[in-house]
Amino acid sequence: MATTWKFTAKEIVEKPDLFTSGHRACAGCGPAIALRQIMKATRGPTIVTNATGCMEVVSTIYPYTAWKVPWIHTAFENAAANASGIAAALKAMKRKGRLQEDIDIIAFAGDGGTFDIGIQALSGAAERGHDFLYVLYDNEAYMNTGIQRSGGTPHGASTTTSPAGKVIPGKRQYKKAIADIMVAHEIPYVATASIAYWQDVLMKTRKGLEVEGPAFLHVLAPCPRGWRYDTSKTIEIAQLAVETCIFPLWESTDGQCSLSPQSKIVALKPERKRPVKEYLETQRRFRHLLTPEFESEIDNIQKMTDKRWNKLLRRCNLVSL
Amino acid sequence: MVDESRAVLTGTHFMSGDLACAEGALAAGCQFFGGYPITPATEISERMSRRLVEVGGVFVQMEDEIGSIAAVIGASYAGKKAMTATSGPGFSLMQENIGLAVMTETPLVIVNIMRGGPSTGQPTMPGQQDVMQARWGSHGDYEIIALAPSSVQEMFNLTIECFNLAETYRVPVILLADEIIGHMWERVKIPPAEEINVVSRKKPKTPTAEYQPFKPDKDLVPPMACFGEGYRFHATGLTHDEKGAPETVSAEVQTELVKRLADKIRKNAEKIVKAQRVMLEDADVAVIAYGIPSRAALSAVREARKKGIKAGLLRLVTIWPFPQELVSDVAKQVKAIVVPEMNYGQLVREVERAAKTTPVILLSKLGEEPHRPSEIIEAMRRAVK
Repeated sequence: MATTWKFTAKEIVEKPDLFTSGHRACAGCGPAIALRQIMKATRGPTIVTNATGCMEVVSTIYPYTAWKVPWIHTAFENAAANASGIAAALKAMKRKGRLQEDIDIIAFAGDGGTFDIGIQALSGAAERGHDFLYVLYDNEAYMNTGIQRSGGTPHGASTTTSPAGKVIPGKRQYKKAIADIMVAHEIPYVATASIAYWQDVLMKTRKGLEVEGPAFLHVLAPCPRGWRYDTSKTIEIAQLAVETCIFPLWESTDGQCSLSPQSKIVALKPERKRPVKEYLETQRRFRHLLTPEFESEIDNIQKMTDKRWNKLLRRCNLVSL
Repeated sequence: MVDESRAVLTGTHFMSGDLACAEGALAAGCQFFGGYPITPATEISERMSRRLVEVGGVFVQMEDEIGSIAAVIGASYAGKKAMTATSGPGFSLMQENIGLAVMTETPLVIVNIMRGGPSTGQPTMPGQQDVMQARWGSHGDYEIIALAPSSVQEMFNLTIECFNLAETYRVPVILLADEIIGHMWERVKIPPAEEINVVSRKKPKTPTAEYQPFKPDKDLVPPMACFGEGYRFHATGLTHDEKGAPETVSAEVQTELVKRLADKIRKNAEKIVKAQRVMLEDADVAVIAYGIPSRAALSAVREARKKGIKAGLLRLVTIWPFPQELVSDVAKQVKAIVVPEMNYGQLVREVERAAKTTPVILLSKLGEEPHRPSEIIEAMRRAVK
């Protein structure tokens, strides 16, 4: 697969936004940044299908829209199924000669719409092999309904349905390895990305659009309201997640897994791997973990992070460190 | 730090309808909540995630509403009083499993805080558009119970009533509230635990070898053994005989089962149905209302009386089974009936059926604003002119 384009800052600035300003997202909203970056990487006519969630709500408040592409709001659970229908219809029209143009399809869904309620539709679409890009914008909880835990919420985070109290230190389960699940579907392209590295997000989006068949992009998109941090810190936190290996960046092309540059540096120079505590202490959803009663949870999170990081290194044929 | 005595927070509180619903569930002995976030019912989940744990119960946030109600069916068969709470789209996803709960005669409570539909509709706005879905949402013939609260106090009281009815009749019971009642804050009085009437499912007294899980008593409700209580039984969504054995071809078994599932509600309807009659004794015109419009209706009836219109109100607490007799009685007496609903005409169809020749006027409202008393008075005035 040729990846000749560079996505220089100049190119990006000059390309008109397809996800425009004026939407109603909160200050410092990570998902809104993700959408803007991703729509900068489109290559031609594009159709967007959007599951219920923050980004659906904030981008299309009557009578306005932030989208400069054809856009459909589906239900919560079926962005991938809806994309399947669009892809199948376009394919049929092409076969019958009624359509000449190449049209890209992007399905956007949050972590609730992907890890939880939407995984059945996503798995089905991946198995059938429809040609579309599925973007998971992951802000690690149901933010639209007021911060409830999801399968994407990390261990130890306090949400309104996994509240930290005197006995229970927030969510007890670990984050579901959703991108690994998508790799197991043996689809042509799976990648993780963080909005702190916009060029990486753009390149991965473009690759996902170029492959024939389903592509899955998992973008970490911090949420100041739900993660409880100052709105100016979104990008810093998105970067720290990568530097602590809590959210490593990688891509899997036809089953070949490789680390992206930001994580590869950490793999090659382990002294650059920062402790998870530095990430956790930036967000008040974890603040109970900094108390003496729950300190051991930080060790658990470090252990799980290391375990998953080492597994990833082995998969990328890099020495387990 | 489990403290079971905290299940009933005796005293006077200022809380929202959603919170009062959660407290009612705890007071009724609910020990399991399986749910999924959805506006405007999320606060019930949030409250339960804290409070259930305090009293030794289990809160599980499921992956969707299908999982939520399926988990509730499991928890109920495991012997616990169980519930879920949702709104329109989630209620739609639950429909198949509501049928399963009807067929397996599983006591459980579903709270539906109705918002504007169809589809995603208006998530933060009130509606009463799921009235017919509550009755007919799952496929097949069945009867179900649904109650409609019209105050925060009733969110507490009727949630307890829902559990009692579910346990008595082994049927899913729906608390059909609207967004305004769910989000409104009012005073709630929670009585001492010993003053709260709590009903639990009847247990089999037969020896384990002779137990037939779907053999009804005279009230048409079979005693319920739960998992791990020593009885071996088979619960299935397939048509089954009294032993619980699937029977997929016999017309006789199908007829007997479907009729009994319906009749255990129909024949006990008089015991189930609750309604409030206000100034109906000498009324010329009646308002029949439930949920939030019934508050404006009460005000309208009082105002109308001052203006010389002989108005009365029948406030329905039970929506399903439909209070046919009560409505017929009112219809025989008055010249016209006004039905304010926050939908495009749902329960009004049942009122029309019961009212026979008495004219029935629908006052439909869709969207944010509930009915105003003046609109209801105007409708009454036109009706009796």
